Amino acid sequence: MTYLDYQASTPVAPEARAAMLLWLDAAGSANPHSPHAAGRAAKAAVEVAREQVAGLFPAGGRVMFTGSATEALNLAIQGSKARHMAVSAIEHAAVLDTAQAVAQVHELPVDSAGVVDPEVALAPGTQLVAVMQVNNEIGTVQPVTRLAERAHEIGALFLCDAVQGGGKLAAPAGADLIALSAHKLHGPKGIGALWVRDGVALQPLIYGGGQEGGLRSGTVSPALCAGFGAAAALALAHRDADAAHVAVLWAAARAVLPDWTLNGSADQRWLGNLNLRRDGLDAARLISECRAIAFSAGSACASGSGRPSHVLHAIGLSDAEAKSSIRLGFGRYTTLDELVSACRAIDAAARAQD
Amino acid sequence: MPAKSIYLDHAATTPLLPAAREAMLAGFAIWANPSSPHAAGRAARAALEEARARVKTALGWSGEVVFTGGASEALALAITGCVQPLVGVSAAEHEAVLRHAASAAKIAVDALGLVDPAECALAGLVAVQHVNNETGVIQPLAAVAEAVHGAGGLLLADCAQSAGKLALPDADLIALAAHKCGGPVGVGALLIRDWAMLRPGGGQERGYRGGTENLPGVLALAAALEAGADWLDQAAALRDLLDRAITAAGGESVCEAAARVPAIAAYRMPGKSANAQLIRFDGMGFAVSAGSACSSGSLRVSHVLGAMHFPHADEVIRVSLGRETTRAEIDSFIAAWHAVAG
Repeated sequence: MTYLDYQASTPVAPEARAAMLLWLDAAGSANPHSPHAAGRAAKAAVEVAREQVAGLFPAGGRVMFTGSATEALNLAIQGSKARHMAVSAIEHAAVLDTAQAVAQVHELPVDSAGVVDPEVALAPGTQLVAVMQVNNEIGTVQPVTRLAERAHEIGALFLCDAVQGGGKLAAPAGADLIALSAHKLHGPKGIGALWVRDGVALQPLIYGGGQEGGLRSGTVSPALCAGFGAAAALALAHRDADAAHVAVLWAAARAVLPDWTLNGSADQRWLGNLNLRRDGLDAARLISECRAIAFSAGSACASGSGRPSHVLHAIGLSDAEAKSSIRLGFGRYTTLDELVSACRAIDAAARAQD
Repeated sequence: MPAKSIYLDHAATTPLLPAAREAMLAGFAIWANPSSPHAAGRAARAALEEARARVKTALGWSGEVVFTGGASEALALAITGCVQPLVGVSAAEHEAVLRHAASAAKIAVDALGLVDPAECALAGLVAVQHVNNETGVIQPLAAVAEAVHGAGGLLLADCAQSAGKLALPDADLIALAAHKCGGPVGVGALLIRDWAMLRPGGGQERGYRGGTENLPGVLALAAALEAGADWLDQAAALRDLLDRAITAAGGESVCEAAARVPAIAAYRMPGKSANAQLIRFDGMGFAVSAGSACSSGSLRVSHVLGAMHFPHADEVIRVSLGRETTRAEIDSFIAAWHAVAG
């Protein structure tokens, strides 16, 4: 099995797994909110992890642990109490659906390369602007630093879904709220984080014991935090090496698949995401034919729903073109040989459909 | 932690069971996204659905199961997503319910911490916990459910302290946390008798909860629930021993006359504040708590004991037992009690 679906989830790093093990033992299993010695030891692990995860964010804010990036995004949007929002047309459903549920939403278009115009008009009265750092389907990098400035010029807050860029690119400077997921950067599932700039006030979604500064109740897991922290530290230490590795992989994959069309900008992108289309291809059929390769036709969440990708639609693709598109995602643990073999197999299976 | 620490705070969290730990480690190897349509994703999906079926079997639950990040999230999901508004909550509920209940009627509890089922006959969502997290008192949920249903309402039962220990109550919505029953922190579940009771909201879990599923956590929850509750007989014997010894030493066992889960007990040491007791016990290597972990250290007096009009609530600590608690540990604690009580 060759795993080429790094945008859906990533392998747990051995270092992250090792960091979790201690906190899965009886000796390390106290509640971090208990004041006794065992509880204080657990709390110390959570706080060490918080420092490690803070390395993925700008200075001047607090890291709040959540159960997922989806929860972090819900907390940011619902907790801001914004009633007028501007969101890019290519946001993840965790932003789009939440925004539509609680606010009047003005959609910011993208160009055919899948990038928001940094000078796009923002309506006066907008309270919260949400634009992702790296798109999950086509990998395009958005001009979030400029968009954050623009949001501030009209008195709005700026929320950045950094799930796909976290640990890979520099933190989105200027954002007021940033969401991350551990399992997209070689940490465990079941934990995410919301970074909140100092001075930004949010209302909680989940009430209870008042953990995470009262912003997110629920017992915090020392094990998941330790795994997230180790994964974050590793991502920072390996950032340049990981980026260089995916650049090599990207070039090799493109060379094996020369007559496929790239979806999204070729230069303004994270190179670990290769979204391609081929005229007349039935992507769903291709996925089922290439059983030994794990890849997808869009986001995992929308996969299997049958609805065409809103991202591919936003860059101007027809339904037919969207359904002939595949997403190959690779990263730190992908080898050049396995990627090249997989791309050859995908290319051969696609040609057999002609 | 001191070298010879004795952990008697299992109601705050209890160690991960070896079987749950193994399941979790196996789960870390199944790291594909269960929503992905490729073979790896489908394998993760199959593991998730098998675990869901095992959780239902272990709990004896025939309704629906939505996995969440914990009991607090499950309660928030139940309260904000239920098709009926929250109209009543017992005064002894966990903060995870109370903080959502500003506009709901508070159903009084008596001196033993019990609700009167007749007062729960409200048309709407009514939240009454199964087992109180501070005293271990078991609410009469069969009668409560009958009263709620008779009035056309739905019953939400916070089973964080009872799931995996007692048979589930006859409730419509049930919240539970894995880490209170030998599973890991970071995963819980909302059980729903019928999908029609909950409004959809989220991309995963049949459209009722967004967020990539925590498959290792879910696998570990299933393993923890399957471990059963044989140990409760032993815990009951140890708890009775504590009751007798502490009462004989001039202490008071809170709610001793009520039906209680054997794993949780509350004791009053006359003349010594709970915080002073905690500091002494902690220094002697005992992990116990004053009320819930969430409020411990906050110096707030327990709202649960307040609702019971318990005098001297500030002198009460919680001692909670787990699967591994031994007679020797309880004997040590009794000796320490004598030393602290002076």
